[in-house]
Amino acid sequence: MGWFEKKAVKAEIPPTKALWAVCPKCKSHMAKKKWKDNNSICPKCNYHGRLSARERIRQIADEGSFEEMFREISYSDHLDFHDATGDYKSKVEATIAKTGETESIVMGRATIGGHKVMLGVMDFSFMGGSLGTGTGERIAKACETALAEKRALVIFSASGGARMHEGILSLMQMAKTSAAIGKLKDAGLAYISVLTDPTTGGVSASFAMLGDINITEPKALIGFAGRRVIENTIHQKLPDDFQSAEYLEKHGFIDKIVERKDMKAFIAKMLGYFTANN
Amino acid sequence: MATKKKSAATAWDRVKLARDAKRPHLKDFIALITEDFEELHGDRLVNDDRALIGGFATVDGVKMLILGHHKGATVEENMEANFGMVNPDGYRKAMRLGKLAEKFRLPIVTFVDTPGAYPGDTAEARGQAEAIAKSLEVFAGLKTPIVVVITGEGGSGGALAIAVGDKVLMMENAVYSVISPEGCAGILWRDGKEAPAAAEALKITAADLARLGVIDEIVKEPAGGAQKNHAAAANNVKKAVLKALKELSSLPIEELMEKRYAKLMKMGRFN
Ligand SMILES: [Zn+2]
Repeated sequence: MGWFEKKAVKAEIPPTKALWAVCPKCKSHMAKKKWKDNNSICPKCNYHGRLSARERIRQIADEGSFEEMFREISYSDHLDFHDATGDYKSKVEATIAKTGETESIVMGRATIGGHKVMLGVMDFSFMGGSLGTGTGERIAKACETALAEKRALVIFSASGGARMHEGILSLMQMAKTSAAIGKLKDAGLAYISVLTDPTTGGVSASFAMLGDINITEPKALIGFAGRRVIENTIHQKLPDDFQSAEYLEKHGFIDKIVERKDMKAFIAKMLGYFTANN
Repeated sequence: MATKKKSAATAWDRVKLARDAKRPHLKDFIALITEDFEELHGDRLVNDDRALIGGFATVDGVKMLILGHHKGATVEENMEANFGMVNPDGYRKAMRLGKLAEKFRLPIVTFVDTPGAYPGDTAEARGQAEAIAKSLEVFAGLKTPIVVVITGEGGSGGALAIAVGDKVLMMENAVYSVISPEGCAGILWRDGKEAPAAAEALKITAADLARLGVIDEIVKEPAGGAQKNHAAAANNVKKAVLKALKELSSLPIEELMEKRYAKLMKMGRFN
């Protein structure tokens, strides 16, 4: 089985080269500027599109509060991985050069509405937000810091799942992050998971689904297996809303769908409840 | 492919052996190594998933909980067991039984052999991602010794969900991977037929995984593979499991938990 397989068939990213953007959900066309001016939200269908980690942090952390950590923890090529198109090391180095990020999650101390948190935000443009050993290590280290400094943990996920190029050690990050988060929760500290478009595979099947509350944005894609894999398994076409935020909420796996404009205030409010008597 | 010439076996050879229908499966191991086995059914929510079986067992006088993927050896068994592809209900049953074992201070032994978690619409509707995630969190924290045996195919998240433990044993011809070689080849080689190359690149054999620190011990198989001699294969597994349990049972529970946590935190960090 593979949770990457969907990536081979569709790239749900509004075109960035042209002047025009196409909403991947309702297919309406609009000027790229209009898309950006609307905070990457479709004015027609309210699909909440992807944001870079840096842009998300700007919108969520109190101004000037974000203090980045663990930037030195990056990918590792334990497998010396090569495929038909080249080697992992060159690919990931090219991604680092292009994005300016050194892993698929940006992590650091911050405050949100005055509440002290560890804030982690995944960036889908870094190898599809895949879960590398560096990603897992940053999350585990963030849990340690949160425990030591009595901070809540807030993670925004955006990921296609595990990172094949790091093989079994990528898979192990699912166990590692889940164990670290379990320890944090056992200590009475809060963990808010925000599953943004898309959160699938090994990331949805580990830390992203383990929040004290799990929240998301309108029309985000959230699931375990890829749509094409499932259709091949059951020999049926799936409905359009399958694995959408709304579908997940209806089936009981999401506490609330929150509009982007309300996200920061909602997280701050929840942290207020979590820390009121604790 | 005899044990002494194992360098000759490629990763793809081992994938084929790991998937061999004649290889011993969960029910064979239970029949060959336990004096007593009482299966316990159901997740207490909606279902009794036949792809994941659990129950109390006695092995050489040692009482324990056994959990494992049920793949089956015949077509009828394969259908009943959904080819070892677990639904969320199966993982929830595993967690329920795991907590029982913790409560009554019984160790847990898991047998891992699955192509992966079931990729179906009903599995998604009932929260496959949540069930696997929760399993990882729960098994990492169960205050009782856990021994994992990868016996055949360790298929990504569906395998890992019952493969978090204090000691991870792996049979010589088993494989354990983040994605199937076919799936990986389809994406990175754009051709599923390149699966043997992907299998090599992914480093999925017991020897690879021991080197990467993912498993603790390789369990030898009879010459030619476990399918040639179930009794001998099962006996090797039994000895390795009992040895691991003896070692783990001697540790104070706090130390056991600290070691398990440290083991997980070390994954992917060698220095
Ligand atoms: Zn739209």
